Amino acid sequence: MKALHAITDPIVCASTYTFADTQSVIDYIEQKQPREEYGRYGNPGEKVVEDKLAALDGGEDAVLFASGMAAIVGLLMAKLNAGDEVIFFDECYHRSREFCTSHLSRFGVVTRQVKACDYDAMEAAVNEKTRLLVSESPTNPHLSVVDLEKFGSIGRRHGVETLIDATLATPFNVRPLQHGIDYVLHSATKYLGGHNDLLAGVIVGSTEKLEAIRTLRGIMGGINSPHNIYLLQRGLKTFGLRMQQHNANGQAVAEFLEQHPRVEQVYYPGLASHRYGDVARKTMTGFGGLVTFTLKDADWKQTAAVVDRAKLFRIAPSLGGVESLIEQPLVISYFECTPEERERFGIPDNMIRLACGIEDSADLVNDLAQALES
Amino acid sequence: MKFRTRAIHVGNKRDPQTGAVVPPVHLASTYVQAAAGEWGEFDYARSGNPTRRNLEETMASLEGGTNALAFSSGMAAVHAAVMLCEAGDHVIAGKDIYGGTYRLLHQIANKAGVAVTLVDMADPAQIRSHATERTRLVWCETPGNPLMSITDIAACAEMAHQSGALFAVDNTFPSSVLTRPLEFGADIVMHSATKYLGGHSDVLGGLLVVADQQLYEELYFIQNATGAVLSAFDSFLVSRGIKTLEIRMRSQCESAAKIAQWLKEDPRVERVLYPGLPEHPGHEIAARQMDGGFGAMMSFEVAGGLAAGKSLVESTTLFQLAVSLGAVESLIEQPASMSHASYAPEDRLANGITDSLVRISVGLEDPDDLIGDLDQALGH
Repeated sequence: MKALHAITDPIVCASTYTFADTQSVIDYIEQKQPREEYGRYGNPGEKVVEDKLAALDGGEDAVLFASGMAAIVGLLMAKLNAGDEVIFFDECYHRSREFCTSHLSRFGVVTRQVKACDYDAMEAAVNEKTRLLVSESPTNPHLSVVDLEKFGSIGRRHGVETLIDATLATPFNVRPLQHGIDYVLHSATKYLGGHNDLLAGVIVGSTEKLEAIRTLRGIMGGINSPHNIYLLQRGLKTFGLRMQQHNANGQAVAEFLEQHPRVEQVYYPGLASHRYGDVARKTMTGFGGLVTFTLKDADWKQTAAVVDRAKLFRIAPSLGGVESLIEQPLVISYFECTPEERERFGIPDNMIRLACGIEDSADLVNDLAQALES
Repeated sequence: MKFRTRAIHVGNKRDPQTGAVVPPVHLASTYVQAAAGEWGEFDYARSGNPTRRNLEETMASLEGGTNALAFSSGMAAVHAAVMLCEAGDHVIAGKDIYGGTYRLLHQIANKAGVAVTLVDMADPAQIRSHATERTRLVWCETPGNPLMSITDIAACAEMAHQSGALFAVDNTFPSSVLTRPLEFGADIVMHSATKYLGGHSDVLGGLLVVADQQLYEELYFIQNATGAVLSAFDSFLVSRGIKTLEIRMRSQCESAAKIAQWLKEDPRVERVLYPGLPEHPGHEIAARQMDGGFGAMMSFEVAGGLAAGKSLVESTTLFQLAVSLGAVESLIEQPASMSHASYAPEDRLANGITDSLVRISVGLEDPDDLIGDLDQALGH
């Protein structure tokens, strides 16, 4: 039963929580009384959302952060010490990579990158200093799908923990913990919040493994706001319904693009032609709203012209909200890279990334059809 | 654009100043003007607010109207519509209406000299036969609350117009997803936005939608003069809810149809009132004016009268005992003691609201879980 029997949870904005008397403070410190103390250490709404997110991923516990980046930074800072090594599959969010190579390196942590989905290369890169194996699945923007059993087993063979950023899949489509992964990360800004109106991140795993992350969060302070947390909780109530529509729209759009004469290649795990289609069908129950494709014989300007002609799809970074978005990775995320770097990251000039929202599928396909008219 | 696309894109334009994909929530109570006597687009927030206006634009589109007005509650919206009447005017309303509307008509409007007659809207001719030359407004709900009676909107609109009256429809139960009364000739559509539009049990709101500029201006004048406007925060929350309105509504309808069938086959249940059942007296009209579903509200009578109904509503665990409806959480209530307690007892019985009647609002939970909950509660 909720406070005052209200059917929804209150938004508790309090920065601090009062004690009845000195003995109550002492009882709290001696942990006889579980309760709130100061806003940075926890909030009642935060606990509700953490419980929901843990349940959705089949985990024991979850730790919520101010953003997806705050979540991964929180985990890396809590788990890695100077001299430790972390190995990434190289198709990953460029800011995660940047944090490791430019900032964790300052604290003596070594980051190694291997080709995405090259399990032999990852295993070969493991040594006695390796503490963490990290990948997204599906990856962004190539939508490569990791074989979670293989990935997790490398970690277990070498006593190294594993982290999967499953933001693009969501627990609706895949639950990595059930495949032996230690930590799941989500940018909850995306499908979990779902309305393009909040930032949040979460790590899900066992209570024991998350304890250090929770403690460090209380010190570093990358917590979320009570208002945001409420909006996230509200978003979760339609999460399953929204995902069904995102999945349906992603599939419809990918199938439309695949038969379009101007389209060179479509990256979508729900297509039979997808490089990792078999792995995707084995581990995932749906494939989400993100669809990446390249145009035939188009330079970056001709590609940009298609982006600019879209009407329903709005030009913006991010994904997973009810509104459909479109972007050219070259422009939005890799504009300042050299052509050689972009080639290394697999970002050609003619690539477009779509984040299908939950509008009517036919409206989205029609919008793309008119945008692709040359 | 299809309904669910308009629900997301109309009234949700990118913010021209920042490019924000979701428009900002404008809390300002007043707006700075360029010069004395030169009014900008917004002046004082009661008269207009950008966040509220976005919601109004979305709702005008979803109902196929030209203008909408957002109020602080459903009752504030009903009240504004009733204030189109003046002393000496006459209102005809359906017998099967929300208790709050009944109370407003019989205990507030009557004090202002507005006469009220309740008629059985299942027989549209009753509108003509009860109309006087002062009949200004005819009010109906379909499906009706709590008996799920179905009103033929087109037939009643015609009768009201022949009588020189405006025809208003409380469209809360079907929401704009299933029924758009303006398409059938209604003049005013009213919503308790608290229900399906908001959809998350966390906002109170009301809406009026019209397709006539002069009628809009009259209603706008009433709203601005009386002041029961929807707050910017709540406007934002309703707009956010509307983005998932169609997928919520369609899912809830599917679950409701399954539950109605299950209840109908259960010997502990005496009668099920759900327009989706073929034996429901309004089924054919409902199939014509409800688009692809019959709503997620239903009532049923349990064997054993008031005590059995009371025991049932107190024994469910997923269905929570509360008034209101239309949200993600399933609710259960006993109209005689709760939503329709404001009816005079004799009117309640005369209108078919028996003591053993139980009303449910089917939410977004799994329908099998909901059936399991009703099954165990009926066994108490």
